[in-house]
Amino acid sequence: MNTGDTQKPPPDSRGRSAGEVRRTTVPREHRETVGEVRVENPRIRCTDVNVWYGETHAVHNISIDVGHNEILALIGPSGCGKTTFLRCMNRMNDTIAGCRVEGEILVDGANVNGPEIDVVPLRARMGMVFQKPNPFPKSIFENVAFGPRIHGLTANQLELEEIVVTSLQKAGLWEEVKDRLEEPGTGLSGGQQQRLCIARAIAVQPEVILMDEPCSALDPIATATIENLMVDLSQNYSICIVTHSMQQAARVSQRTAFFHLGDLIEVGETSELFIRPGHQLTEDYITGRFG
Amino acid sequence: MDTPETSAASAPKPIDIIRAGMRRRKAAEMRFKLYGIVAITCGLLFLAILFVTIIGNAYTAFAQTKINLDFYLDPAVFSADAAPSAEDLSSADYGAIVRDGIRSLFPEVESRGDVRALSALVGRGAVYDLRETVMAAPDLVGKTLTLWVPADDDVDMLMKGHIERSGPEDQRRLSDNQLGWIDQLQADGRLEKRFNTDFFTKGDSREPESAGIWGAVVGSFYTLLVTLLLSFPLGVAAAVYLEEFAPQNRWTDIIEVNINNLAAVPSIVFGLLGLAVFINFFGLPRSVPLVGGLVLTLMTLPTIIIASRAALKSVPPSIREAALGVGASPLQTVTMHVLPLAMPGMLTGTIIGMAQALGESAPLLMIGMVAFIVDIPQGVFDPAAVLPVQIFLWADSPERAFVERTSAAILVLLCFLIAMNAFAVLLRKRFERRW
Repeated sequence: MNTGDTQKPPPDSRGRSAGEVRRTTVPREHRETVGEVRVENPRIRCTDVNVWYGETHAVHNISIDVGHNEILALIGPSGCGKTTFLRCMNRMNDTIAGCRVEGEILVDGANVNGPEIDVVPLRARMGMVFQKPNPFPKSIFENVAFGPRIHGLTANQLELEEIVVTSLQKAGLWEEVKDRLEEPGTGLSGGQQQRLCIARAIAVQPEVILMDEPCSALDPIATATIENLMVDLSQNYSICIVTHSMQQAARVSQRTAFFHLGDLIEVGETSELFIRPGHQLTEDYITGRFG
Repeated sequence: MDTPETSAASAPKPIDIIRAGMRRRKAAEMRFKLYGIVAITCGLLFLAILFVTIIGNAYTAFAQTKINLDFYLDPAVFSADAAPSAEDLSSADYGAIVRDGIRSLFPEVESRGDVRALSALVGRGAVYDLRETVMAAPDLVGKTLTLWVPADDDVDMLMKGHIERSGPEDQRRLSDNQLGWIDQLQADGRLEKRFNTDFFTKGDSREPESAGIWGAVVGSFYTLLVTLLLSFPLGVAAAVYLEEFAPQNRWTDIIEVNINNLAAVPSIVFGLLGLAVFINFFGLPRSVPLVGGLVLTLMTLPTIIIASRAALKSVPPSIREAALGVGASPLQTVTMHVLPLAMPGMLTGTIIGMAQALGESAPLLMIGMVAFIVDIPQGVFDPAAVLPVQIFLWADSPERAFVERTSAAILVLLCFLIAMNAFAVLLRKRFERRW
């Protein structure tokens, strides 16, 4: 029978945190991924990635590629390991005590878990936008200028201002804030704050943008703005987005990956996956039978 | 047919049960509020009693009875030659000048014993005041100088009503003759209570009329300066390391437990440690603000570390993730984002620690800061007293006039504490940011 119904995790009441992936009581067979995980000329190539939180095996043997200028959506029920997997790519899981990552994640051919990799330049290459907008409690200008400044990307104030302006323009926020750059970033509305965080991420000129449910705290209009922005940004960046909204995945992504209980169940072209899912679990999830 | 109806009637509805219980719940709430009000009223009452007692004892110390005397600065007293040198000015017999000053008002006093009783009305501080005045202006020599000088503490106490005029003469601090002279001085307008500037500008003294708090204030200042300069950076750095960088393992757990325990160690133990380590082992001098500051640093460090760690913990992790996410190094994350947000809490903890250190006397007794020191300390290596120890010393002195000075010193100490705490609140308000 269908394994998904019996192993559905309890609803997440505590919000997302290090312990997002719950202890699974029944040891399971590893489930093979349906669909083609590889793309030609990948930006990121993940092979057999496993993550443990202490004794809990949160992410099992995940292999997947992210192509150039592509939006890859990670979907799946709460606690399935999407966010954990996303955070492996720029090693944000380093900050969580007891978290252990194994496997190979190649970004342009270099393994991010390799000993020669320094996390600071890695994170500069892989911008990240978090679920909850988290602008610094400083001015709008300072929020965007922080990244270029610490990396020494600009020679003088003029260049810095230029980067700030272009980043805000790319994030679609410039028109709304151009007269109040000195006001605190925390005073903006939720959607504006999230776009400010996107501007902050792209000010460092990353190559990949990782987005962890960027719209979950936003209203539909702000969500639409950010989705349009993602599509625009995908012309220059690879974007990997975790989302709970299947409509959002369908609207913005080229490829979609469906996670379930730490396994990557299915990967496919978004249009294919939503119309003809190759796995029973995927079908159940996207038709709303669970999740 | 009947059964459901009767059961419905006999079984009360939930809302009725809730209503029936409401009275009890409201009564419990009222009782709790009442306890709170009673407790706060009691607290305020005791506080009021404390302040009324202290201020009632202290306010007289801010006035000091002074005598107005004419001093003839006889050039012969200073030197045989015409122009007295600086050394002549400092070593001249000012006692004789003061004695002559008061005798000139009562020429009828002849006998040796009476003269001594008469000059006893002038405080010893008069000699020093006179010397200071003459040293500052040597051209006064040869002229007559009119000066308000402090009266003896017995005269002062009489004026303030702390000494009885009645009773047998041999059991009184002042004889009938002395009382007569005092009355005459008062009638001439040469004896009156004036604002006691000496109390705020002089160091300690055996004579209450010239004992001041300034030496102890300066001593406390230097001691706290050393404490602040050492304990704030050390405490903040330790907290940042433990909270942001140290791995979470058994060793850091042990360190954390130990820091929490150190905060509860009796302060005199730190004094013993300071005596053994700083004075006996490192050979630092006794009674100096440097050693006092070092000892108080040991005492306040745990407080500051605990407060700073709490402040760091309260910074939302999303700020750290945001900074790390754009590629800030851990140190940049801490110094540029976490520390500024934690600073109000850290400052509050530090000032509370400092206030604790300001009021601390026990560990300073152990390192010799209980010595009798007249000079105002000029630096951290000069022997000094601190405010709480000064209060202890004065409270221990037998003269009646020290009672009011003890209370006045307590008032000064309380004023400093209130000022520091107000400053802490102000800093907190100023640096607090929302996120």
